Amino acid sequence: MEETTNKIGCAKKKKMPKFLNQWQLYLFLAVPLAFILIFSYWPMLGIQLAFKRFDINLGMWESPWIGMDNFIRFFNSYQFKRVLVNTVFLSFYDLLTFPVPVIFALFLNCVRGNRFKKTVQTVTYIPHFISTVVMVGLLMQTFNPMVGVYGTIYKAIFGEVAPDMMANADAFPHMYVWSNVWQTVGWNSIVYIAALTGVDASLHEAAEIDGASRFKRMIHIDVPSILPTAVMLLIIRCGSIMNIGFEKTFLMQNDLNLRASEVISTYVYKVGLSSASGDFGRATAIGLFNSLINFLLIITVNAISKKVSEQSLW
Amino acid sequence: MSNKNLNKTNVINKISLSRDDKIFNVFVLIVVSFVFIITLYPLIYIVSASFSSARAVSTGQVVLWPVDFSIEGYRAVFENRDIGRSYVNTIFYTCLGTFINVAVTMMAAYPLARRDLRGRSAFSFIFTFTMLFNGGMVPTYLVIKRLGMIDSIWSLVLPNAISVYNMIVARTFIQNNIPNEMLEASQIDGCSDAQYFFKMVLPLSKTVIAVITLFYAVSHWNSFFNAFLYINDRSKYPLQIILREILVASKIDANMVMDEETMAAKQGLAELLKFSLIIVATAPILCVYPFIQRYFVKGVMIGSVKG
Repeated sequence: MEETTNKIGCAKKKKMPKFLNQWQLYLFLAVPLAFILIFSYWPMLGIQLAFKRFDINLGMWESPWIGMDNFIRFFNSYQFKRVLVNTVFLSFYDLLTFPVPVIFALFLNCVRGNRFKKTVQTVTYIPHFISTVVMVGLLMQTFNPMVGVYGTIYKAIFGEVAPDMMANADAFPHMYVWSNVWQTVGWNSIVYIAALTGVDASLHEAAEIDGASRFKRMIHIDVPSILPTAVMLLIIRCGSIMNIGFEKTFLMQNDLNLRASEVISTYVYKVGLSSASGDFGRATAIGLFNSLINFLLIITVNAISKKVSEQSLW
Repeated sequence: MSNKNLNKTNVINKISLSRDDKIFNVFVLIVVSFVFIITLYPLIYIVSASFSSARAVSTGQVVLWPVDFSIEGYRAVFENRDIGRSYVNTIFYTCLGTFINVAVTMMAAYPLARRDLRGRSAFSFIFTFTMLFNGGMVPTYLVIKRLGMIDSIWSLVLPNAISVYNMIVARTFIQNNIPNEMLEASQIDGCSDAQYFFKMVLPLSKTVIAVITLFYAVSHWNSFFNAFLYINDRSKYPLQIILREILVASKIDANMVMDEETMAAKQGLAELLKFSLIIVATAPILCVYPFIQRYFVKGVMIGSVKG
């Protein structure tokens, strides 16, 4: 099929090299390519700062090389262990909630009333559209000891003012992860619900005639049918294990929970950009350390998945 | 007619339901209802609190429905200069940014969807690689600074002009929904690549354009990070920055407060304002949401099929 296309294309415009026939396509592509090159690839040149002592008067290219100094200083600092542990811990905790939308989709699929099902879906998608700032604001209002739902209920049960959860470092991971679950459970279940509606009804009928209960049918028909999708998405999630987002952690941070809430991305911001005297070199080094781990993780995970399940991201 | 059938099967199912199935059904209903209520309750609470009086809110009287119905929270929101200005800013940034996004994304999606494009896989790689690796916060900041975009609206709309994920969604859609025969037929009729894009691809991709427009618009409306890093000029702040100041950092200028009573009233109002503000800030999305829900869902589905 492609052959004919090209032949016809060639016959029209003689003598031109093949790829020049498509100059209009390249013209289209040039615009997005320019954006990507400027805003994604140009910053990659700045990675050299990780190996330099940045001097604002000399600029990025003229600043002196200092080898691995920036990394060594980070690895030796007392913050290193803390931000690394926090980042890994939050990531793994978040990963553990992976089955929640899967289970939710399985159960929702068993619900019989169609209208109720639709209503539940519509409502559970809503939190996905709430911005991070509003989400954190909502969290703070809900868990406000004085005016929030949590404070009101706590007071009704224990008769005293509730402790402030936002200022509690031990509560931080739970607040962070479970508010994530609240926000994403509906949205993340869309894919599974769609896969479940695609299940052949005759399978269920046959099993029903053989006397399989609804629960048995869920385990033996529904679960296998969404397993490939779930595995694929789990692989993607594993690839971003060290990738705790900046926004939510940063917004939830305060001096009292910093012990648990300082992660690599927020630390990079603090070292590099939060004050006028930021250390660009060290911040770049810390960021690069994180990006490299992420990169290696996703490459590894993808290679494994290619071997095991013959699924690959690219 | 289908309704009748449905009823029929329901009747049959009801008759043949075993005890185990009944228990299981009840269990399922409880779990799903639990998720439903957990999701819905905070949302209802916020709405109710926003319509209550400042005193009812600050003393924690609101449980489910508004107490002492009032709109003073909303009045305070609309009287706040910062909120109004940032709201207008955000509307502007969202419109401009989304327009640029969609244009640039389609310009990448169409050529990359063409199977006969020379160097297609190399170009694809250049795009997808940015999903896996990036320069990081500081180098990106330096580039923006170098380009003179600090404190300029361009720093909010240009750096993320194309989201590779959305581009893949659009590309996959074009590949799967516009048959290659169409291209061949147009080419025989002497249609150029650009004409084909404007006359065939764009009209036939309305669905996916709607999908990515929504995705981009929501992300602009909700975006915080770029403005936080690149905008220092208060008059250019988008809504999310002001929201952070009020909701998270609780920075509301309490002016000069003299006696304790007005102080308490002010504080109550400050709490109330937060609830109203959450509603006002999220309202545009929630208002259009029911009508466009299917497009969002469609977008997720297209995105989950690898192209």
